[in-house]
Amino acid sequence: MIWQQLINGLMLGGIYVLIAVSFTLAIGILNFLNFSLPGLFMLGGVLTWALIGAGWHWSLAMLMALLAAAVVSLLVEQLSYKPMRNADPELPLVSSLGFLVLMENLVIVKWGSDQQSFPALIPDFNLRFGGLIIGTAQLISFLVAVGVVLWLSWFLKTTNTGRRLRAIAENRDTAEILGINLSRLVPCVFVFSAVFTALGGILFALNYLQVSPFMGENIGFKGVAAMIVGGMGSIWGAIVGGLLIGLVEVLSIYFFGADVVNILVYGFLLLVLIVRPAGLLGRPISREKL
Amino acid sequence: MSGYQTGVLVFLAFNVIAAYSVYLPMAAGQLNLGIAGFMAIGAYTSAYLSNELGWSMLASVPAGALASCLLATVVAVPVLRTHGIYLALATFALGQIIAAVFLNLEVVGAAAGYPVTEYVPPMVVVACAAGVVLLMVFLSRTRYGLYLTAIKNDATVTDLMGVNVRGMQISAFAIGAMVAGFGGALYGHHYSFIEAQHFNVLLSVFTVLYVLLGGTQTVLGPLVGAVFFTLLPEALRASDQWRYVIFAALIILMMLLRPQGLLTASLLRSLGGRKQGVQQ
Repeated sequence: MIWQQLINGLMLGGIYVLIAVSFTLAIGILNFLNFSLPGLFMLGGVLTWALIGAGWHWSLAMLMALLAAAVVSLLVEQLSYKPMRNADPELPLVSSLGFLVLMENLVIVKWGSDQQSFPALIPDFNLRFGGLIIGTAQLISFLVAVGVVLWLSWFLKTTNTGRRLRAIAENRDTAEILGINLSRLVPCVFVFSAVFTALGGILFALNYLQVSPFMGENIGFKGVAAMIVGGMGSIWGAIVGGLLIGLVEVLSIYFFGADVVNILVYGFLLLVLIVRPAGLLGRPISREKL
Repeated sequence: MSGYQTGVLVFLAFNVIAAYSVYLPMAAGQLNLGIAGFMAIGAYTSAYLSNELGWSMLASVPAGALASCLLATVVAVPVLRTHGIYLALATFALGQIIAAVFLNLEVVGAAAGYPVTEYVPPMVVVACAAGVVLLMVFLSRTRYGLYLTAIKNDATVTDLMGVNVRGMQISAFAIGAMVAGFGGALYGHHYSFIEAQHFNVLLSVFTVLYVLLGGTQTVLGPLVGAVFFTLLPEALRASDQWRYVIFAALIILMMLLRPQGLLTASLLRSLGGRKQGVQQ
């Protein structure tokens, strides 16, 4: 049944791809390690759950959750990134961690710290390919995740906005001199990354039928690992890294049991950081940028 | 002193020790997000030595600190190849790995936790914390403290001046881990129980917050940060559920309004000047 495990790993990896892409956008374009993203991942899942519970239609609930994540992310931009973008790199990092703690505790105040069960929106219908089973929910989320990321890659490559964003990534100051309106584009990056992570949270809830205030800590942080493994700032790296981390996680559960997942996933991260800090697909980064 | 006040004081003492274990590497420009892992090493090593081998606390607590220091030295050689954000992430991964290893180690109770038979009274913990603060103040006045500051400001120039940058970085990392291990060992012996889940990312993160919010410019900054941010949530205890929300909002506000931390070098100077002139 190793093939089945590989499929499960890829499906889980799809969700990590979304988180990793969000991290990679923030770090690649703005050089900002945005630790509020795991919180937005959680917010996406929990708000969708809460709104469906309040009787909303699922599509509206999801839309609202994505919108809320985008608004919070703009707050992070105003309060964490903007005032500190020229300071030591750890200051905005710590400030964004403050947002993670804030979101977690607000959710705990409102809905308690228990794990909640998420309604099964997609009928439990399995596709079978010669012994291999793929759940519909799994397949849909995988396709959505990969589709969205491929769209982003196309967007950055061909559109005018994408070109401007890449110019900022190359060099902020030069981009500004060349007439790129930073104060309009930077919020775009925050909205993009918030929507991607929150979407990851919603897809996670759809697949595993559960949400909790701590899902950002448990799942979202693995997205950081995925980003580093693939290579900071590279979209294709995020895809490769996300899928790899998904595979490592599922295979380690299959071979060694659920308890050693963290050892292997983070051990893998540590190994990549030491042996090849630029990640599998990243460009070697100059020392000055760190 | 009531039981509650003693409890808060001991909690404060542990936070002060933890804060200084983050401060020393940070003084050399390293952000260690895995400090909880080193606390776990100290806690579990010393608890095992006390419980299973019947060591006295006078030997097992320092042994816990030493174990943490040794591991950090070994790990520092590859980990310190990374810099900046990469180093922060490497230490973060390291902390996760250590916690996960203890969560699976049957010898020390795995997920069920590990009771510790010996007991450290509250006042000893407070005295130890005071000792750590004094040690750090002393270190900051030696050439060693000066070297670390120089490395933080510009490693290349410091290297050119003939300072062994690599050795200094490794020692700062290892001494930080030793202090963390010491705090962890005391923690286990005071509360008589340790579990791997306690030593999670948020513990590391909060410890880093104490230091950054207190200020890294002076050696007393971490102390101020730890005191302020231990007592503040206690003062907010009346609003119970909301206190961590308020705490988090304060973190964001603090970083926004006073990113250099509560206690800065210039503030310390002006305070000293008003009293009796600058000492040196």
